[in-house]
Amino acid sequence: MNQMTSVEKNVNTQDIKISASGVQVYYGDTHAIKDVDVEIEDKTVTAFIGPSGCGKSTFLRCLNRMNDTIDVCRVEGTILLDNEDIYDRKVDPVQLRAKVGMVFQKPNPFPKSIYDNVAYGPRIHGLFKNKADLDNIVESALRRAAIWNEVKDRLNAPGTGLSGGQQQRLCIARAVATEPEVLLMDEPCSALDPIATAQVEELIDELRTNYSVVIVTHSMQQAARVSQKTAFFHLGNLVEFGETGQIFTNPEDPRTESYITGRIG
Amino acid sequence: MPVLWLFLIIVALSAFGFIAGRARAYQSAGGDVRNLHSLPGYYGYNVALTALVPALAVLAVWLLAQPMLIENSVSKMIPDEIIAEGSNRSLVMSDVRRVANGLDLAVSSGAMTNDEVNALSTDTSDIRATLGSIGVALGSDVSPEVLAAAQSYRSKSYTGTLVMTVVVLLLAIGGLALAYTRTHKDFRARNVVERGVLGLLIIAASLAILTTIGIVLSMLFETMNFFRLHPWTDFFFGGTWSPNFRGDSDLSILPLLWGTLYISFIALLVAVPIGLFAAIYLSEYASNAVRSIAKPLLEILAGIPTIVYGLFALLTVGPMLVNVFGRGDQGLLGVEWMSGATSVLTAGVVMGIMLIPFVSSLSDDIINSVPQAMRDGSLGLGATKSETVRQVIMPAALPGIVGAILLAASRAIGETMIVVMGAGAIAKFSLNPLESMTTITTRIVSQLTGDTDFASPETLVAFALGLTLFVLTLGLNILALYIVRKYREQYE
Repeated sequence: MNQMTSVEKNVNTQDIKISASGVQVYYGDTHAIKDVDVEIEDKTVTAFIGPSGCGKSTFLRCLNRMNDTIDVCRVEGTILLDNEDIYDRKVDPVQLRAKVGMVFQKPNPFPKSIYDNVAYGPRIHGLFKNKADLDNIVESALRRAAIWNEVKDRLNAPGTGLSGGQQQRLCIARAVATEPEVLLMDEPCSALDPIATAQVEELIDELRTNYSVVIVTHSMQQAARVSQKTAFFHLGNLVEFGETGQIFTNPEDPRTESYITGRIG
Repeated sequence: MPVLWLFLIIVALSAFGFIAGRARAYQSAGGDVRNLHSLPGYYGYNVALTALVPALAVLAVWLLAQPMLIENSVSKMIPDEIIAEGSNRSLVMSDVRRVANGLDLAVSSGAMTNDEVNALSTDTSDIRATLGSIGVALGSDVSPEVLAAAQSYRSKSYTGTLVMTVVVLLLAIGGLALAYTRTHKDFRARNVVERGVLGLLIIAASLAILTTIGIVLSMLFETMNFFRLHPWTDFFFGGTWSPNFRGDSDLSILPLLWGTLYISFIALLVAVPIGLFAAIYLSEYASNAVRSIAKPLLEILAGIPTIVYGLFALLTVGPMLVNVFGRGDQGLLGVEWMSGATSVLTAGVVMGIMLIPFVSSLSDDIINSVPQAMRDGSLGLGATKSETVRQVIMPAALPGIVGAILLAASRAIGETMIVVMGAGAIAKFSLNPLESMTTITTRIVSQLTGDTDFASPETLVAFALGLTLFVLTLGLNILALYIVRKYREQYE
């Protein structure tokens, strides 16, 4: 099966990139995430699966402190990125988000040109020396997002004028251009058609060579196709976390098996 | 019969129709509502409306048309010879009306009988004295022609009113009878009433539009009268505004337009940054608690009547500015640049304050309509809040904000009370904001208030000014709405 080969592809010993332990998230009085421990490896695709409302997106947003923008949200526990606590007072969430990039469910290109969309991160963080350097960054980001050939002749056209799949790849290019260490993807293919989905999945597999990728998905086939590690969330709990091949063929927890076989969720 | 009684009778008829119609519907259904096509109330409304609406409509039209028609026919009775030098037909006609009304009053107060009035002649009695004794003062003695016209006026309006009463009552009763006989359990009363309601809504909408057209047309005609008396080249291209009543006025819009635009510019200079920054703070940074207090407070500013702003300009801001820029050695800056409290700066600053809530609440709506996904995208790339506002939200909201500013500008151009009290009355071209200047709106006020002769260009110029102002603000509004709408489509 496909996922078995992807397990074999997986390089054995990996550095731990993100280590979360005892993470609790509250939205006001609602206890959204209950005591989650996860270790996310470098240069690996980790998939979060689970039924709607199980907290997988909430947990993903904890990893780059995007939940800080929600007033009623409270996060407890420790999340270490390269052994540094990202919720420490010394850490600037803005700096953190430059290191932990994010791609959202709905493609959200800015109402600017394609070039300016990709150059947005580098400009904000001063990642280039001169115009030629910026041009190179933009080109290589677009190439890595597999969209360069489609847009190279119209870099000054607005990003909002692209098709849905192109927009999502543009957003991935935009995230890649900032040179993050971890790329978080929140259901990146849910608004895309099967062809665009296949392109983005292929892209995710390539991104793995440079980054640690965490992807939230509703599609178990997608999780099986693109990830090496899978975490199954249910009702705010992390039920099971392990090699993708194992989760899908031989799950330890009966709830995981029920979800994968379609009985819950 | 007085119109009020007629009206009350129609209303009573229609109320009776409601009850009767409902009862008949019940009866035709054999007392079971489920056998009716519509609820019984609809049958009642159908009868009531059929009785009421046509009768009222005819009444309204008749009341408007009758005086005009009578006026026309009576006016022909007056020969050109008796119209005095310097007077005109409409003045004589107003005399006729006064005499006619006076005679009515004399009859109703019992001073004369109807027959006496009809037999009245200028040879036998002093009508001016008679009418004066019952409280109707006339400016001059009544000539035989005027008396004849007044008598004809009276008899014609008497007949007219009588015919109107009969027609209206017949219509009401006829409508009632028609709808009542049609009331049957299979009659689709609900659909008919719905159509009636639809008609009512259409009339309301078209009245609003027709009124606008009427206003524009009336201004247009007066403006054409003005341009018949005054060269349009002077109005549009002349350089001075100095109306006098000797007949050689310079009436050019340009100095007024300059004052208007200058004051509006200063107002926008005050309102746009403050309003925009307030909107950005309220929509992007403020916590819910702050927003729930600050937004209503800001909107209180919008509810203050402009005359109060005018007082504020005259009594507070003006003297304060004089204290800073004037008074020589006693002033704050020790300069003598400003002498009076009224100035372009005074009016501009106060008008700017008035526009702050306007700009801020419009911009707030526009900023809020920028999708959250844009903010998330930017924050997710490691941008700070202010970078997000500056580089993503502002560019996305810019067309809408430009629209809001244009709407504010058209408010500023049309604003009257603040400039009347704060800007002064001198029409001139000057760049000095500490001098007093005047605007189009203040000149319209001053040309039309007080003793005015509606045939002189000095008065009629107000309509030309008004029309120009209207065209100016209409253009700005259309441009603003076009920009705002185009922007809205982008995210839907």
